Amino acid sequence: MSGGSIIIFVLKIFAALVIAIFGIVLGLFCKGIDRKLAAMMQSRVGPPIRQPFLDFFKLMIKENIVPDNAVPWIFNGAPILALVSTISILFYIPFGPIPALLGNSGDLILIAYLLAIPAIALVAGGFSSGSTYASIGAQREMVLMMSYELPLVTIIITLGWRLNLAYPGLKVFSLAALSANPIWGLVGPLGFIGALLLLFTLVIVTPAELSIVPFDIPEAETELAGGVLVEYSGRNLALFQLTNAVKMVVMAALTVALFFPYNIAPLFSLSGALASVIDTLFFFVKLIVVIFFEATFIRVAVARLKIDQASVVYLIFLSAIGLLGLLFIAMDYII
Amino acid sequence: MSKSTAYKVPIGPIHPSLEEPMTFNFEIAGERIQSVDLAPGDNHRGIEFMGRNRNIVQIIYLAERICGICSASHPFAFCRAVENAAGIEVPPRAEYIRVIIAELERIHSHILWAGVAAHELGFDSVLYLSWKVREEVMDLLEIITGNRVNYGMFMIGGVRRDITEQQIPRIRKTIEYYKDVYQKLEDVFLDDPSIAVRTKNVGVLTYEDALRLASVGPTTRASGVKKDVRQDQPYSAYADLDIKAITPDIHTGEVNGDVYDRIIVRVLEVLQSVQIVEYCLNHLPEGEILSEPKIAKLLANLKKAKGEGVGRHEAPRGEVIHYVKLNELENPEVWKARAPTYNNLMSWVPMLQNQEVADIPIVIASIDPCIGCMDRVTLTDSETYKQQVLTREELRQLSIEKTRRMLK
Repeated sequence: MSGGSIIIFVLKIFAALVIAIFGIVLGLFCKGIDRKLAAMMQSRVGPPIRQPFLDFFKLMIKENIVPDNAVPWIFNGAPILALVSTISILFYIPFGPIPALLGNSGDLILIAYLLAIPAIALVAGGFSSGSTYASIGAQREMVLMMSYELPLVTIIITLGWRLNLAYPGLKVFSLAALSANPIWGLVGPLGFIGALLLLFTLVIVTPAELSIVPFDIPEAETELAGGVLVEYSGRNLALFQLTNAVKMVVMAALTVALFFPYNIAPLFSLSGALASVIDTLFFFVKLIVVIFFEATFIRVAVARLKIDQASVVYLIFLSAIGLLGLLFIAMDYII
Repeated sequence: MSKSTAYKVPIGPIHPSLEEPMTFNFEIAGERIQSVDLAPGDNHRGIEFMGRNRNIVQIIYLAERICGICSASHPFAFCRAVENAAGIEVPPRAEYIRVIIAELERIHSHILWAGVAAHELGFDSVLYLSWKVREEVMDLLEIITGNRVNYGMFMIGGVRRDITEQQIPRIRKTIEYYKDVYQKLEDVFLDDPSIAVRTKNVGVLTYEDALRLASVGPTTRASGVKKDVRQDQPYSAYADLDIKAITPDIHTGEVNGDVYDRIIVRVLEVLQSVQIVEYCLNHLPEGEILSEPKIAKLLANLKKAKGEGVGRHEAPRGEVIHYVKLNELENPEVWKARAPTYNNLMSWVPMLQNQEVADIPIVIASIDPCIGCMDRVTLTDSETYKQQVLTREELRQLSIEKTRRMLK
């Protein structure tokens, strides 16, 4: 290994650390905003925006209890696995004008796999915690995961396929290529409707990924007292909460990168460092707007579904909407 | 799924979906409930025993604290029982004020329940909305009675506080507020698709089961049984009103006996209560509010009284019955309270049969259980602290023995 590549390697590790910390801070901050907005919609005062940080620090000093009949290495390993896999997604997602750290070595399909790992970790942690409630929660998490994967994959395939038709030479599943050529510019009116349907599908898949109402069925506080997380406490619970916060950023950033990658700087004909700063800020505004519609608004507007109802929603209705989006985009290309 | 794959899930005594301690032992296969065994007895406070060591006026204080929500219903029924036993006449103005308080309590109880039910469904926005709406009636109760929760309004032979001329415009303001907000409540609870999808055909109690299990209150009315003490045996100022038991077919034209129907009944009863309060306010008679204002004299009279009395009242959750036996003593010889939840308890079993785990919280909440009201007996060994369950036959044997003892 030459001297130059070692320096790049060290720099990349340093950058990865920065991104990880930044992702966690941003996630907790977004959680705070989400809670504040939800409170305002429910005509309450709500906690201060820094509340998720306070919760995190509080949990870190709390006792970490491992139940006697749990399998300790899975029980303790699951939250770490979930957090690591979620943070690693951040390395593949561009943040506005800032390109992804590992953008060249991973694509959307890798992200789809990485997104499944926290859910699998949750299932493993739930089953290994030796509680009936956690087992029921883990079963539900599995069912839910299998239900929302198909609509999610439909979106990814459709976007990649359409981009491939337009620019056959590109690496079509790379997020950089997808956000450089947003779907809206590639299609006609019919395809536009199709793209809207795909966006809708992604918006409805997100609450399940983040396990919030109406799809917080695996945790279901009033039914299962926390479900998969019922036995988790202290540091392990804090890690799961961090996972959730980072995942919120990931899902929102993914939506922004796939559907709203537009920048504001060209409008004011800015360039250079100022343009990057403005675009980065604009990206965060987009992020919060997307979180509002994907998470906050949905969770205050509806009641929790049952697991069989949620399965029907995803496997039948949402898959149908996703496939309809695919069909529209395909018809748009043929016509 | 076969029976062999069933596993046991205990819900309670402490669980987020329960407002009060009570144990449910479920046998569940997959997500389906195969059987349920109820094990109450975690919230027994020995209130009736305490009552037997106090005089009648002091018991009103206790009766109010049987339940935090039915804090007008229990003293209402108790006062009626004592008045029945001692032959005390209540002035008409006091009867009207009693009914106004009881109906205001029904409004707050039903709206509180609606919020809890929404929370059980994971619909917290509706919880906050409905509890915000409830504040208005709580404020009014505080203005009329001086207290938000335990009103301290009831007294043997009348009420303790009058409704003054200055308070009447404030009460009318609340009536108008609820008439305005009622449409909103109906929209939120009866027209919301996500509430409907979780409550329709869930926790069904058939008409036959409702009759067989002698359930009371909104629970039985939602199954189509037109049972309401205010309608069947009008008492107090209710006798002047023409009250009809509310069943869900008034709204939808059909009776299913599911959780959704119980929501309909309670939402409609809020409006009914508002109308009753308005009627009582318009027809409030003049006159005394107490048959005997001097408490010492009242107690002296009660000490001379001998006889049994039963007081019934339609509490927000159903019929509450108080039984009192006076035997020329300072304290009552027997005081027995039977809360509506006691009757509704067994209707959980057919409701929960074959439901999903996700339905448990809302089905349990749907009868609006008040465990504190209901838990009247616990059998405990004072040395080992072991609780014991009596079968029907054992209980019958004990009753026979006790009757024989008393006849001697």
